[in-house]
Amino acid sequence: MTVLQPTATPVAEPVTGLRLSLRRFLRNRLAVIGLAVVVLFVLFCFVGPLLYQTDQTHTALGQVNQPPSGAHPLGTDAVGHDELGRLMYGGGVSLLVGLAAGALATIIGMLWGAVAGYTGGWVDAAMMRVVDAGIAIPALFVLLVISAIVSPGVWGMVAILGLVSWLVPSRLIRAETLTLSHRDYVLTLRAIGGTHARAITRHILPNSISTIVVAATFQIADAIMLVAYVSYLGLGVRPPRTDWGGMLSAGLTAVYSGRWWLILPPGLAVILVVCAFNAIGDGLRDAFDVRGRS
Amino acid sequence: MATVWYLVRRVAQAVLVIFLVTIVVFGLLHALPGGPARGILGAQATAQQIAAFNHEQGLDKPLVAQYFYYLRTLLHGDLGTSYTLNEPVSALIVQRLPRTLVLTVLSAVLGLLLAIPVGMWQAVRRNKPFDYAMTALSFVAYATPVYFFGLVLVLVFSQALRWFPSQAPQGDTLGQVLSDPAGLVLPVVAGAASMVAVFSRYMRAATLENLSEDYVRTARAGGAGQRAILLRHVFRNSLTPVVAMLGYYVPVLFGGALVVEQLFNYPGMGLLFWSAAQSSDYPVLLGCVLVISVATVVGTLLADIVQRIIDPRVVAGNS
Repeated sequence: MTVLQPTATPVAEPVTGLRLSLRRFLRNRLAVIGLAVVVLFVLFCFVGPLLYQTDQTHTALGQVNQPPSGAHPLGTDAVGHDELGRLMYGGGVSLLVGLAAGALATIIGMLWGAVAGYTGGWVDAAMMRVVDAGIAIPALFVLLVISAIVSPGVWGMVAILGLVSWLVPSRLIRAETLTLSHRDYVLTLRAIGGTHARAITRHILPNSISTIVVAATFQIADAIMLVAYVSYLGLGVRPPRTDWGGMLSAGLTAVYSGRWWLILPPGLAVILVVCAFNAIGDGLRDAFDVRGRS
Repeated sequence: MATVWYLVRRVAQAVLVIFLVTIVVFGLLHALPGGPARGILGAQATAQQIAAFNHEQGLDKPLVAQYFYYLRTLLHGDLGTSYTLNEPVSALIVQRLPRTLVLTVLSAVLGLLLAIPVGMWQAVRRNKPFDYAMTALSFVAYATPVYFFGLVLVLVFSQALRWFPSQAPQGDTLGQVLSDPAGLVLPVVAGAASMVAVFSRYMRAATLENLSEDYVRTARAGGAGQRAILLRHVFRNSLTPVVAMLGYYVPVLFGGALVVEQLFNYPGMGLLFWSAAQSSDYPVLLGCVLVISVATVVGTLLADIVQRIIDPRVVAGNS
C-alpha cells in the first residue's frame, strides 16, 4: 500500500469522486482492518487447503475427538476430520455462499428498485407494496421451511437466501433511483429518444453504484450469519459438505464433553468475518457518503 | 383526525399483509411432497386414501377455490395435524407458546434493563473510552450467533465453573418451568445478549437526539442539573420510542428463542419447530410460521402506532 501524501499537488491532479471516496475509505482504520481480515480469511480458506492438505471426505475413526496436538493443531472432530482443515473447508463454503447470496440479493433488489423508482406511478406503488408485505414476513422462518422442504445443495442455498433477502436493498436503490431519474442527463437522454432500458442501465445504475456496493457489503455479512444459522439447525449445507454453522451443529454434543476446540474456532471465525464485512460496509458508506443501514 | 385515518389505513394494511402471509404458507403447503393431503393424513397415507381425501375435501378443485377452503379451515383454528406427535398443530402451539413467551419476555426485560442505562451513559460520555468500549462490544455482539454465545455460556458457566445447569427447567406447566430459576439463567442471558447490542445503540441515538433539543437547553438555562435533566426529561422522552422498537423485533426474538430452546432443551415453540424440522413434520413447521408471521405483523403494527402517537411528525406511509 502506498503512503498517502497530503502535500502532494492537490491542485494539479484532479481528484475524481471515486478517488476521493477511496482515499476516505483508506483513512478509516476499522474498515481497512476489516478488509485485511477478509483478505486473510479468503487466503486461509482457498489457498490454505493447498498448503495444509487434509482429508475432509473420509472418516478416520482411529483418530476421533483428539484435543489439539502437533499433528492436529486444532484437534479432530467426532468422525476424525482434522479441525483446522475443516475450518478452511467449511469457511470456503461459508464465504462462497455469503458472497454469492449477498450478490444475488443485491442484484434482484437493484433491478426491482430501479424499475420501480424509474417507472414511478402505480407500477412503483404496486412494486413497493409487494416489498412492504414481504418485509413483514419473517424471512428466517420462511428460509427454514423452504430448506426443510427442498434440502438444497450449496447453490440451492444461495438461490433461497437471495430470494428471501433482496427486499431491503430494493428499497435503498429505489430511493436512489427516484432522485436520479429526474436529473437533466436522464431527461436529455429521453428527449433525444433513448430507451428506458438505456436510461436505467447506462445512467441510473452506474450512478447508484455507491449505494449498491454498500448494500451488497451488508448483505454479505447478513448472508454469512443466515446460512450459518440454518446450517447450525441442520437444514442448511448438508454433509459431507459443511460450513462454519454446520460445524457448530455438533457443538451441543461437543460442549458436554468439554471439546472446546470444536466450538470456539468456527464460532470465532463467523464473528470475525461478519464484523469485518460490517466494518467495510460502514467504511464504504461513510466514504461514499450514502444512506444505508446505521 | 389525521391520526385516526392513519390507524385505519395501517390496520387495513396489516390485515392485507396477513392475507399475503396465508398465500405464501398456502403456496408452501402445495410445494410439499404429497401436497396438503399428506399434511393432514400423515406420511403413511396410501395413494387411494390421498385421492379420496383430495376429492372429499375439494382438493381436486382449482387452486383459488382451494385457497378459500384453506382460509376457512384457518379461521376455524385448524392448522392441520402433526405427522409425528399425532396431535392438532393448534393444540401443540397453544401448549408451548406461553413457555416461549416467558423466555423471550425475560430475555427482553433483561436486555432492556442493561441496554437502556448503557446507551444513555454512552450518550452522556460521548466519544469517551466508555462509549468506544461499548460501541465495540455491541459491534461484536451484533455479529455473534446466538447459538454460539449460548454454547460458550454452557462451556464456561456450566461445564467449567458449574454455577448454572445447562438444561432449562422441564415441565408441562408454567409453574414447573418457573420453579427452577437457576435453570433459566443461561437461556435468558443467551437470548438477552444481542438485544443489549441493538437496543443500547437505539438508546444512545435517542438520548443524543434529545440532549440536543431546545427543551434541554431551556431546562439548563432554568438551572436544572445534569442529573435532573437526564432522569426527568431525556430518559422519559427516549424510553418510549426505544421500547416501541421491540415491536419490530418480534421475528428476531422468535429466531433467538428457536436456537436457545434447542440448545437448552427448553420445551417451547422453538424446540417444537426444531424437532419438526428434523422429522419433516411440515404441518407443525407451517403452523409455527403462520403464528410467528401474524405476531410479526401485529408487533410491527403496534410499534408503528406507538411511534405515531408519541411523535405525530412520523408521517403516515413513510415507513
